[in-house]
Amino acid sequence: MTARNTILAAVKASQPALKPLPDVYFPADENADLKAKFTEILTTIGGKVITAEGSEEIAAYIKTITNFGDRIESTVDEVYKIVAEENPSLLPHSLQNTELAVIKAHFGVAENGAVWITEDLLSQRVLPFITQHLIVVLNAADIVANMHQAYERIGDRRYGFGTFIAGPSKTADIEQSLVLGAHGSRSMTVFLMR
Amino acid sequence: METEVKDHADLAAAFNKDEDRVNWHDETLWWIRQKRDLAVNKLPEWELLRETASQIKDNVLSNLSEYLVQFEANAQKNGVIVHWAADAAEHNRIVLGLLNAKGIQKMVKSKSMLTEECHLNEHLERNGIEVIDSDLGERIVQLAKEPPSHIVLPCIHKKKEEIGDLFHLHLGTPAGNADPQFLTETARIHLRETFLTRRAALTGVNFAIAETGEFVVCTNEGNADMGAHLAEIHIASMGMEKIIPQRRHLGVFLRLLTRSATGQPITTYSSHFSKPREGKEIHIIIVDNGRSKQLGREDFRNSLKCIRCGACMNTCPVYRRSGGHSYHNAISGPIGAILAPNLDMEKFADLPFASTLCGSCSNVCPVKIDIHQQLYKWRQVIVQNGYAPVAKKAAMKVMSLTLSSPLAYHAGGKMGRLVMKYAPFALNNKFNPWYKQRDMPEPPKESFGEWYNKNRK
Repeated sequence: MTARNTILAAVKASQPALKPLPDVYFPADENADLKAKFTEILTTIGGKVITAEGSEEIAAYIKTITNFGDRIESTVDEVYKIVAEENPSLLPHSLQNTELAVIKAHFGVAENGAVWITEDLLSQRVLPFITQHLIVVLNAADIVANMHQAYERIGDRRYGFGTFIAGPSKTADIEQSLVLGAHGSRSMTVFLMR
Repeated sequence: METEVKDHADLAAAFNKDEDRVNWHDETLWWIRQKRDLAVNKLPEWELLRETASQIKDNVLSNLSEYLVQFEANAQKNGVIVHWAADAAEHNRIVLGLLNAKGIQKMVKSKSMLTEECHLNEHLERNGIEVIDSDLGERIVQLAKEPPSHIVLPCIHKKKEEIGDLFHLHLGTPAGNADPQFLTETARIHLRETFLTRRAALTGVNFAIAETGEFVVCTNEGNADMGAHLAEIHIASMGMEKIIPQRRHLGVFLRLLTRSATGQPITTYSSHFSKPREGKEIHIIIVDNGRSKQLGREDFRNSLKCIRCGACMNTCPVYRRSGGHSYHNAISGPIGAILAPNLDMEKFADLPFASTLCGSCSNVCPVKIDIHQQLYKWRQVIVQNGYAPVAKKAAMKVMSLTLSSPLAYHAGGKMGRLVMKYAPFALNNKFNPWYKQRDMPEPPKESFGEWYNKNRK
């Protein structure tokens, strides 16, 4: 027998009688201010939230946080036209000197400040990780209350890669001192678009 | 291979020599436990979440063979290559084979307790493969040539000055600099170079979804993603119990995991890997290594529900004051003490005794594993199988004789009180394990029995 069949036979012999799956039902507070909650949580975990009307505001903000010559990668068309690099790269490694990445998210989650991103919103999967700083553009209306609603919204959509990102990368491995900017982006700013 | 017999009490005694350090370790972990409480108390549905998670895992364990087949089929549909390993040696052979086939000699790895359990790094190094651990805490213990002492916080036992010394020695930082910000930045730069130059990346798996064939890896640092998205070949090692039936069940587990672990609402990154990048490879190795056996042990199968949050360690009064290395196993603390005897009952016979059975671990467990009850049950199994430590067997015999004879009991009590009163040196010495790191209590003047005889009216 192959390892596979040996293992599966052993598991089958050991597993107890079938127990049913429970209901998963966690209703969220209908009256909660999701935008306020999302902002509060993301700020607590080291992120930044800016409410804006249009992409010009994002472009103006980018000018204040970057220097001339900084590499900016944007997969958001409106921003890309104004500030971003000319040629989107094919090799993920070539993104290594990216100072700022600007990407869209499908939706945000109020209870934990996370945004849901799939690879169709990225030029390369590594982009939001390898960049020094990250800007995420999100419609203020696209915020769900909790992770149950998040997965309801994702449904059975197919993606090669998807990720929840909640704030800048961080570590507290050295004596529990919190340091932002471990291996991923050093900062995360979410533009909530009205 | 190690042949020396290790004992929790001896290793804990060594850890306890430095009292300030033990207090610091204890307080640090308790602080994390308190952060967990703050996060948990914000969710009125917390108990229902735990119960739901526990029941989902009950279903998983009762239908595991079916879910594994389903997961494999769906992962293969996604273009992922699935391997099966009956034990640690087979797992390590598969990893080495994949690297050899591509002529790869250097690999970057993110956190995977399973590869610690399998001693993968040692195996690869013996075969000429360099492995660099990319989680900051794991990198630190790797430089120190130590195993992680905690599943979530690998170097929680290390002081920042020691880490500064390690970085000075290995990464060329200025001597005496122990600033966490500076040391983290140094590691970031050092490991960026590693991520950019490694053709193979290995990650663990937090959850694998039977319904979709995808798997989820959670990190705060972003190291799993940095490795996986830059490498040609991504190897994901998973214990077979990591399966959950449906994608929507992630909603339950991701709400529980990080709140229990560190008090955060979610990890910074919760990455869902479904298909490899164009022209690249994802390999999943499904590992048994004793899990099917544990599944068949009715009293202990619930231990396979574990989602590796570490909450039971942070709350454990024994773990906090004995340190993770005293458990001499990849997974330490209360959960390690119920998992390890399944792998080797003789070698880990001491671990279920390293507990006060206070039950705090069971109370914080996000999937409601009855940890302290399993510890108690393991003690009985271990004694029945003849693996109880010799001193414990002798002490139990004396205790059993004393407690079964009223005469011996009263005489023994009186003797004890007299000795404590007139000859405290007979107890306050290094031969009495209760005197280590403790003062003996004041002896009572009389026993309850004597008091009762005088006062009953």
